[in-house]
Amino acid sequence: MTTTTVTPRRSTGPRLRRARGFSADRPRRSPLLTVLTGIVLVYSLLPLAWLLVNATKTQADLFSSFGLWFGDSFALFSNIGQTLTYDDGIFVRWFANTLLYVVLGAGGATALAVLGGYGLAKFDFPGKKGVFATVIGAVAVPGTALAVPTFLMFSQMGLTNTPWSVIIPSLISPFGLYLMWTFAAEAIPTELLEAARMDGAGEARTFAQICLPLLAPGIVTVLLFTMVATWNNYFLPLIMLKDPDWYPLTLGLNAWNAQAATAGGEAIFNLVITGAVLTIVPLVVAFLFLQRYWQSGLAAGSVKE
Amino acid sequence: MTRSTRTTLRRTALRGAAVAGALALTLTACSGGGTADPEAAAEEGGELTVWAWDPTVEPIAEAYMEAHDGVTIEVVNAGTGNDQYTALQNAIAAGSGVPDLAQIEYYALPQFAIGESLADVSELGAAELDGTFTPGPWSAVQQGEGIYGLPLDSGPMALFYNATVFEEHGIEVPETWDAYVEAARALHEADPSIYITNDTGDAGFTTSMIWQAGGQPYTVDGTDVTIDFTDEGSTAFAETWQQLVEEELVAPISSWSDEWYQGLGDGSIATLTIGAWMPGNFESGVPDAAGDWRVAPMPQWTEGASDTAENGGSAMSVTEASENKALAYDFLEFASAGDGVQIRLDGGGFPATVADLESEEFLSQESEYFGGQKINEVLAQSAADVVEGWQYLPFQVYANSIFNDTVGQAYVSGTTITDGLADWQDASITYGNDQGFTVD
Repeated sequence: MTTTTVTPRRSTGPRLRRARGFSADRPRRSPLLTVLTGIVLVYSLLPLAWLLVNATKTQADLFSSFGLWFGDSFALFSNIGQTLTYDDGIFVRWFANTLLYVVLGAGGATALAVLGGYGLAKFDFPGKKGVFATVIGAVAVPGTALAVPTFLMFSQMGLTNTPWSVIIPSLISPFGLYLMWTFAAEAIPTELLEAARMDGAGEARTFAQICLPLLAPGIVTVLLFTMVATWNNYFLPLIMLKDPDWYPLTLGLNAWNAQAATAGGEAIFNLVITGAVLTIVPLVVAFLFLQRYWQSGLAAGSVKE
Repeated sequence: MTRSTRTTLRRTALRGAAVAGALALTLTACSGGGTADPEAAAEEGGELTVWAWDPTVEPIAEAYMEAHDGVTIEVVNAGTGNDQYTALQNAIAAGSGVPDLAQIEYYALPQFAIGESLADVSELGAAELDGTFTPGPWSAVQQGEGIYGLPLDSGPMALFYNATVFEEHGIEVPETWDAYVEAARALHEADPSIYITNDTGDAGFTTSMIWQAGGQPYTVDGTDVTIDFTDEGSTAFAETWQQLVEEELVAPISSWSDEWYQGLGDGSIATLTIGAWMPGNFESGVPDAAGDWRVAPMPQWTEGASDTAENGGSAMSVTEASENKALAYDFLEFASAGDGVQIRLDGGGFPATVADLESEEFLSQESEYFGGQKINEVLAQSAADVVEGWQYLPFQVYANSIFNDTVGQAYVSGTTITDGLADWQDASITYGNDQGFTVD
């Protein structure tokens, strides 16, 4: 009798556990969620696939072949060559401009956000609440709304149509500051700072040698955000810049696209598409390389240890 | 023949310019910025900034610089059409970074002229150019007594049609708009994938069609403006086009989109009634359709008539903010009435100058793309047949920007084009009055 009662209990054991307990190690399978995620995956990858496929077509092929499959010709390399040399190689110039704006703009914005966030998180000073309110308020104001007033101000200062008119506004990242602030508050134990001071380290040294490594995941996160924002920045340069020699890639590609819509203009959709592919490559590479720092940064501070 | 006509023309023009320039010298001496005699200014040299999106402006500037040692011209593509107008407005409002010259489409020119953003170049020699340009573009650059630019190109309309498609289905190329509607039905019935044309509501096309029908919805006298879309011409267009929209005979594709180029290439868009500058776009945009397309005169409202209208086209204007208007004008004249015209023609542009439109060389040119047809004969005839007296609003850029909220609704919902035109009229009147015009 006893043996018969024991055996079924053993066999139902795992089945019961499977039905009842869902831990992070044993997630429940949901067909609905799988389908939804699948749809989202296709939705986000399809444009990319379209872009890659169509970058291999000539202008004539683009209009005569099916959009999601390859055409008669494989013109990827000649397209890339043409993109880089069309109109005296202006694309290369735009690429360099974008790099300049990203290095100085996003780099500067990150540096300022790190310094500011650290200061706000770890030091007490009068008016801190005011700064907090300002930063939170600034996050809510879209950059687009400020573009025209900024243009008029910069115009008075004679800065429009220069790279500075794009770089200086990019330096300000309220969201980055806020992120670094909360990150620094969690990631740097105040005791550690006290210990460093006790050991005789100056403020600068404490920051550079002790805090910076701790802040690394947060810095990468902010850097990625500001990089993407600057890389994709469109409206601000559109308003500020008139000289195609200073255009970033976004404006340049748009100018190429607009060319098809004018009398006497040459339609170069194949170059626009190839240019778009070349434009996203650096961002994809940056994401792949910085991914692990970024992921660890996202979760920091979420669990009290 | 052509070359000599052009040089004589230019010489007279220059002589006139010198006289007028001397006169202008006394008038504008206080404005500073060196001499007011264009020719002297050109010899003296200087720097100019030109905002233009047209690809032929760059080679014209190069040719000018080659002929004038001390002159440096920077050609900047500050965007096309509306983008550039916004940039220009911004620069004018900010008071800095305004170019010396800007390319401006005819429909937008009154807006800048009345805003006193453009210089009146009649005293600088433009007054002497009367008769140099075809009437449509020439009247388009004039506002009241002033001349606010010189025509770069023009867009007399013609019917571009895919001959292969028409032949395949044995349908005649329509000569009247009624026949056009019939052809639309026949084509779509023969092959449901074929549409007579594409249209999703286009302000420029609509106004051009009303223009050809003899309508004159806009009358402008200084700041007194009348807007009336109930006249015969407007009604004729609205009623005819309504049939096409209602029966879904026009492809719901916006012009200049990649879908549009695709439709022009694969024959699903069978005709375009559009400006004479279109051949260049055909050649570069849909090279695969070479040989399929032909050009015919624009369909007529009454049988046997030969009325046409302008569609698009742009002028170049000297800005009021320019510090060297004399030099700017000298370049402008070079570009639009001098040697620049030939450079534009070589670049595939369509001229606005009478001498070129009438030249044997131009008319007898056979277009390979259009199956060897002498398309310029049709296009030049159209330039001569443009209905006179058309006026655009002094705030046409704004009016066009709200076209799709009003008339455009007829293409996507149950409202009619007539209702849409009435809405457009009301919205334009309200805006005009808000801007300080007297509109009714």
